[in-house]
Amino acid sequence: MFLWVIQRDLLLAMRQRSDVLTTLFFFIIVVSLFPLGVGPEMNMLRSMAPGVVWVAALLASMLSLERMFSSDYLDGTLEQMMLSPQPLILLVLGKALAHWMVTGVPLVLISPILGFQFDLQTDALLVLALSLLLGTPVLSLIGAIGAALTLGLRGGGVLVSLLVLPLYIPVLIFGAGAVEAVSAGLGASAHLSLLGAFLLLSLVLAPWATAAALRISTE
Amino acid sequence: MAINWFKYSSPASFYSLAGKLIPIFSIAALILFAVGLYISFFVAPTDFQQSEAYRIIFIHVPAAWMSMFLYLIMAGWAAIGLAFNTRLSSMIATAIAPTGAMFTFLALWTGALWGKPMWGAWWVWDARLTSELILLFLYIGFMALQAAIDDPRRADKAGAILALVGVINIPIIYFSVKWWNTLHQGATVSLTESPKMASTMLMGMLIMSIACWMYSIALVLIRTRTIVLERERHTVWVSELHKGTT
Repeated sequence: MFLWVIQRDLLLAMRQRSDVLTTLFFFIIVVSLFPLGVGPEMNMLRSMAPGVVWVAALLASMLSLERMFSSDYLDGTLEQMMLSPQPLILLVLGKALAHWMVTGVPLVLISPILGFQFDLQTDALLVLALSLLLGTPVLSLIGAIGAALTLGLRGGGVLVSLLVLPLYIPVLIFGAGAVEAVSAGLGASAHLSLLGAFLLLSLVLAPWATAAALRISTE
Repeated sequence: MAINWFKYSSPASFYSLAGKLIPIFSIAALILFAVGLYISFFVAPTDFQQSEAYRIIFIHVPAAWMSMFLYLIMAGWAAIGLAFNTRLSSMIATAIAPTGAMFTFLALWTGALWGKPMWGAWWVWDARLTSELILLFLYIGFMALQAAIDDPRRADKAGAILALVGVINIPIIYFSVKWWNTLHQGATVSLTESPKMASTMLMGMLIMSIACWMYSIALVLIRTRTIVLERERHTVWVSELHKGTT
């Protein structure tokens, strides 16, 4: 069931390829807006780069959260999946991972190119991609909690943002911090280890909270 | 004689109990605030390093303590409401949120007012300040989520999940001064060691904390009574109450 859920979500996403690409282009545009806003001075951009790329990743991940459960909820598929004998936690994990593959992985792949725009060095670019690789699954997993809590509510994406962004902040701090540490010459291993810890913690706990939230939202 | 432990878990009986308790806690809060403020302004000695400006500690520390403590209590009641499916527990959790948010805001604001003369900065992004800010966002998120859901039972349970997910922030705030090299000073008062501050200052701070606690209890009881009336407005006892007062 777990693999089936991932396969189905990926298939649906591929049929609606515009959704996937919209998220990616949003990410690229937001990152490109900052140099236009603050001016082209290279030193400033280089110091801003980790934060800007990470904030854009947060926003891009958050905007696509609604897609995780709402379309299945609206046509009744979610209820059928919840009635199945397979544990709801597996379903949720599958959906969160599919969401990550569709929104997080493109961000990871394109981040080095965006890092070039900000004149980041090669080692910083590598750590940027690695921090995003560790961090974006956490964003999808924690975002799933928010998406499940706000299923079917008016207020839409703004409410999910308000709920989920405070929980995203530690990931942001350590993700951007990892790149800054490498740029400053210190190692990023502490930051990356903490990101890894967040990933493990959210892999175990977030699907549980999301499943509970789904049961509440679909009563 | 068997004690009915669940007697006050009914909104109707809680309503009358709370009505009797509110004056007690309000008066206690007023007295303790008066005593505490007197101590903080007139009795506590001038600090060696910070002269008079340190006196904001008598509001800042109790507010910060209450902001963390109230969140834990809110999450606790919300968890009880979620686990045992009791209405009143969730109503209490909903009632705690605005007071908790107010104390968090007060802690952040008084901290900024203290930081400007002491550190030279209104705000720094160190671990404790950032995690306290996250706490404010968590309170506001909790209130926003409950406001966005029309069905009160679904709102209660969804809020409970959110509150429980956010509980992890409280140990982070508490231990942030130990785990990170922060600008915010470390713990001067601890359960296991003797306090590192003058005893009159400590007494003033503790009295102000208890005053804030009495105030919080009084306010939460008042707010819970309002929520009970709102949610139970279709019941017989509420309409009797209404007929009795009008």
